[in-house]
Amino acid sequence: MTEVLTDTQPIRLKGRSYLALVLSPELPFDDWLERLDNLAARSAGFFLRRPIVLNVEGLDIDRPQLRGLLSQLGKRDVRIMGIEGAHASLLGSDIPPSLAGGLPASDIEAPDENAQNNKPDEETTAAPNTSVMVTQPVRSGQSLISEGDVTVVGSVASGAEVIAGGSIHVYGTIRGRVVAGSMGNTSARIFCRKLEAELVSIAGYYKTAEDLELELRGRAVQLWLDDDSILAETLT
Amino acid sequence: MGNVIVVTSGKGGVGKTTSTAAIGAALAQRNEKVVVVDFDVGLRNLDLVMGAERRVVFDLINVIQGEAKLSQSLIRDKRLETLFLLPASQTRDKDKLTPEGVERVIGSLKKAFDWVICDSPAGIESGATMAMRHADAAIVVTNPEVSSVRDSDRIIGLLDAKTVKAERGETMEKHLLLNRYDPGRAASGDMLNVDDMLEILSIPLLGIIPESTDVLRASNIGAPVTLANSSSATARAYVEAARRLTGETIPVTVPGEKRSFFGKFFGRKAA
Repeated sequence: MTEVLTDTQPIRLKGRSYLALVLSPELPFDDWLERLDNLAARSAGFFLRRPIVLNVEGLDIDRPQLRGLLSQLGKRDVRIMGIEGAHASLLGSDIPPSLAGGLPASDIEAPDENAQNNKPDEETTAAPNTSVMVTQPVRSGQSLISEGDVTVVGSVASGAEVIAGGSIHVYGTIRGRVVAGSMGNTSARIFCRKLEAELVSIAGYYKTAEDLELELRGRAVQLWLDDDSILAETLT
Repeated sequence: MGNVIVVTSGKGGVGKTTSTAAIGAALAQRNEKVVVVDFDVGLRNLDLVMGAERRVVFDLINVIQGEAKLSQSLIRDKRLETLFLLPASQTRDKDKLTPEGVERVIGSLKKAFDWVICDSPAGIESGATMAMRHADAAIVVTNPEVSSVRDSDRIIGLLDAKTVKAERGETMEKHLLLNRYDPGRAASGDMLNVDDMLEILSIPLLGIIPESTDVLRASNIGAPVTLANSSSATARAYVEAARRLTGETIPVTVPGEKRSFFGKFFGRKAA
């Protein structure tokens, strides 16, 4: 007890950044939800236990429509942690908070939105260097998420995913999904001993297995981003 | 203390139950005391494959619910003195399989038997995780096809995350049992090859069981394939797998491949 009394410390507040997925629904919602279901069916559990932000910028909807969409998403186990780009009139106590900081909607929303838009840039320039090394294969159904670089000494299985804020190095075969530069780092790269990936992505740009050049399959490859396109080259 | 082995796969129909019965019987033939436990509540089959379906009185759920003693529910095999079956319930709800109950039953079986072999249901839901929870080692049954390989990979991930052993920070011993290997299809190239599967799953190989009608014939007469026709290639492959499980080093042979190819697998440590 005495220890508690003498050791009075101020409450510590810490900032922490998390990786969130941003969903941008399109009208009509029914069609969009159908496409979402298709995606979910292809990668079960893709949205489970993952922070998800809903971007409603430019959508001409009212609050009941947004609430309807949220409940539709809720039925699919997609839990929305925040709303991005919403007009103040859309927000309310029964709607996930605006991403700026969980403040209840007020008329002074605009500056917060600007602050939000700056945030990703800050993160990319800050270049977090919390790199992760894994010495076991990444198995189907597992996802490995890191803010920094990821090195896998082993293979990434079909149905597994690696998401890194920085570059991804795989000393084995990539058969699953790899997402590098997930927070917008356009200089992130992907390296692997053997490319059989289902999907590769750098800073939001992606290519599925079908879009990858055939001659790259099964080869040691590095992938990087040049302007708006993912370029690849075999490593010798 | 006995060894608790879970026979699992993720995918259904790959031969978990057949393999449980065959390996259980092969171990019992070596005078080891073996119990095979059916965890597939609601869709039990192990009793049929073992030829004990007409002797089931009490089952696993009865024991967990405290309605019967463990000794009352164990069925001794008619052919082998040291082989026992703990059947699953066909009628009860699988939610009755409680973690505490399973822990208690596995704990007492471990004291009485050398080998406790748990036949896991397909899938990755509670039944499957319950079956693997207290295992010391796992046999991952895989067919040479992509869907089975991916599901096995998923199960291996779960074995490394959701078992008591994994939670204590120990590594779970995992063995790959390649089942329904068809030499004909392997020769024509329309089947995944052994090396590729080992590379994808990267766990040691326990054995390769050739596809055979002996398996169907054996389950129709209600006998583990190792007992029904002990001279068949399938039975021999299971007996070898069981011996590797006990720690023996026997080279794995790929069914139907030319002699020159054997050398490639001689060097591979199997168990």
